[in-house]
Amino acid sequence: MKILVPIKRVPDPATTIRVLPDGSGIATDNVKWVINPFDEIAIEEALRIKEKQGGEVVLVTIGQSTWQEQLRTGLAMGADRAILVKSEAPLDTLAIARILAKIAADEKPELVLLGKQAIDDDSNQVGQMLAEMLGWPQATFASKVEFAGQKVTVTREVDGGLETIAFNLPAVVTTDLRLNEPRYASLPGIMKARKKELKEIPAESLGVNLAPKLRIKTLAAPPKRQAGKKVGSVQELVQVLHTEAKVI
Amino acid sequence: MGDVLIFAEHQGGHFPKTTLTAVNAGLELARKRGGNAIAVVAGDAPEGLAGEIAKYGVSKAVALTHASLKNYLADAHAAALASLVKKTGAEFVLATATAVGKDLAPRLAARLDAPMASEITAINDDGTYVRPMYAGNAMATIELDGPIKVITVRGTAFDAAKPAGNTAAVEKIDAEIDSAALKTEFVAFNQTKSDRPQLTEARIVVSGGRGLKSGDNFKTVLEPLVDEMGAAMGASRAAVDAGFVPNDLQVGQTGKVVAPELYVAVGISGAIQHLAGMKDSKIIVAINKDEEAPIFNVADYGLVADLFKAVPEMAEEVKKLKHS
Repeated sequence: MKILVPIKRVPDPATTIRVLPDGSGIATDNVKWVINPFDEIAIEEALRIKEKQGGEVVLVTIGQSTWQEQLRTGLAMGADRAILVKSEAPLDTLAIARILAKIAADEKPELVLLGKQAIDDDSNQVGQMLAEMLGWPQATFASKVEFAGQKVTVTREVDGGLETIAFNLPAVVTTDLRLNEPRYASLPGIMKARKKELKEIPAESLGVNLAPKLRIKTLAAPPKRQAGKKVGSVQELVQVLHTEAKVI
Repeated sequence: MGDVLIFAEHQGGHFPKTTLTAVNAGLELARKRGGNAIAVVAGDAPEGLAGEIAKYGVSKAVALTHASLKNYLADAHAAALASLVKKTGAEFVLATATAVGKDLAPRLAARLDAPMASEITAINDDGTYVRPMYAGNAMATIELDGPIKVITVRGTAFDAAKPAGNTAAVEKIDAEIDSAALKTEFVAFNQTKSDRPQLTEARIVVSGGRGLKSGDNFKTVLEPLVDEMGAAMGASRAAVDAGFVPNDLQVGQTGKVVAPELYVAVGISGAIQHLAGMKDSKIIVAINKDEEAPIFNVADYGLVADLFKAVPEMAEEVKKLKHS
């Protein structure tokens, strides 16, 4: 099975995010860049499927040349080859989805596996948009993916519990936290990754509409909570909640 | 121009509070953009429910009807809503960012080639919107261009709509869906059974973290406090990952976002991603034996204590208070 795994470069989740004083973005001097954790889960799932059924895992990212680093990490985990779609200009989710749709049309994967959301943007849109553009079924927030020939059964984490849906390939699946635990790249894997194909193509060459319809005007730090106080006992806690905070 | 279609999600024959939130946000959006707010109830026989939502101040309630809309599935619902948008000439589609809203809205947006703002917390007068990024560590002001825009709202950022005292007209519209193009089959819904209040609707939430050490401890140590307080129960990602409790209890950046009057975090260290899901709570209490735990930075009241002693004690104290 050919599996396409779009990934995104994001700040490490443990980064302390500081909004720049002029609101134009976040400070990046202290940022360690990593593969979006949900996309890592997608790479892992793709590798497990390939290990069971054979096939090819192709990574794609849309960003600057420096994002090669994250593609190499994915290749070191075990993916077969990678595509970097170069874009300097900011792209909205529609443009990202259009680019991925074009790549999918060229690569013809049976499955597109990607993270449910990027932890910088928190949009949670691209997978769903891509599925619609391709006219494929979508299964978002997947916690389990099972195959029986061309038929896929996905268990999804939804508000009241777990939902199961089924459809035939080709399809788009977005990953949730508990789908799997991603492997670390091994040293042999890192060595092999250097020789695997990593192709760079300019976004403009794909012939899709890149003009943004969503623009971020400014960023601001969220309102800060006032510092609280420590109480000395359970009795004191219940007392203040009753008489001071008046919530019980 | 300015008309807002409000997706009125329903489950088991009733509307969750999150739908009334969508209605209220939709009313605000329509008011600010100079249009009408129209509630849309999709289903195989949604007229009764449409009649219900029509009481909440909207200009009209549409019963969007089709056999394929019996259970929620993204492709059928996106197709149905997209044709309704085109038919009505609406400018906006709005839903709450529930699991359904998050699954549906982007697919609908792509079908309409419309930009989408996810999980907004404010509708500005100047046509912009505010939404959280970086796990709520940055608030972005964004603008959307084009004849149609899709918006989901954070459930905790808007109040629920109240009955308006009148009932708007209900219109039954047969959805235009190409059934042959539908490719997804609903198989099952494994609902976590609970008599407790819903996490996203409760006035008080008591959450447990890895400090509870086991699912059994959630039952024997935490649940008595939860129930004494009449609260909903939540959990940190760590507790869910460890299998202590089901996934739908997870509070956090990628789980549920809650903003109750009182949030009690028990045995939760307070990772950025957890805070993202509860830092808008009115009062935050933290019980943790580690006085350096980051949760104490956001807690209004912090108790450094062994939860295995403190929590049963607290349940007793609350019980005493109730009977005093």
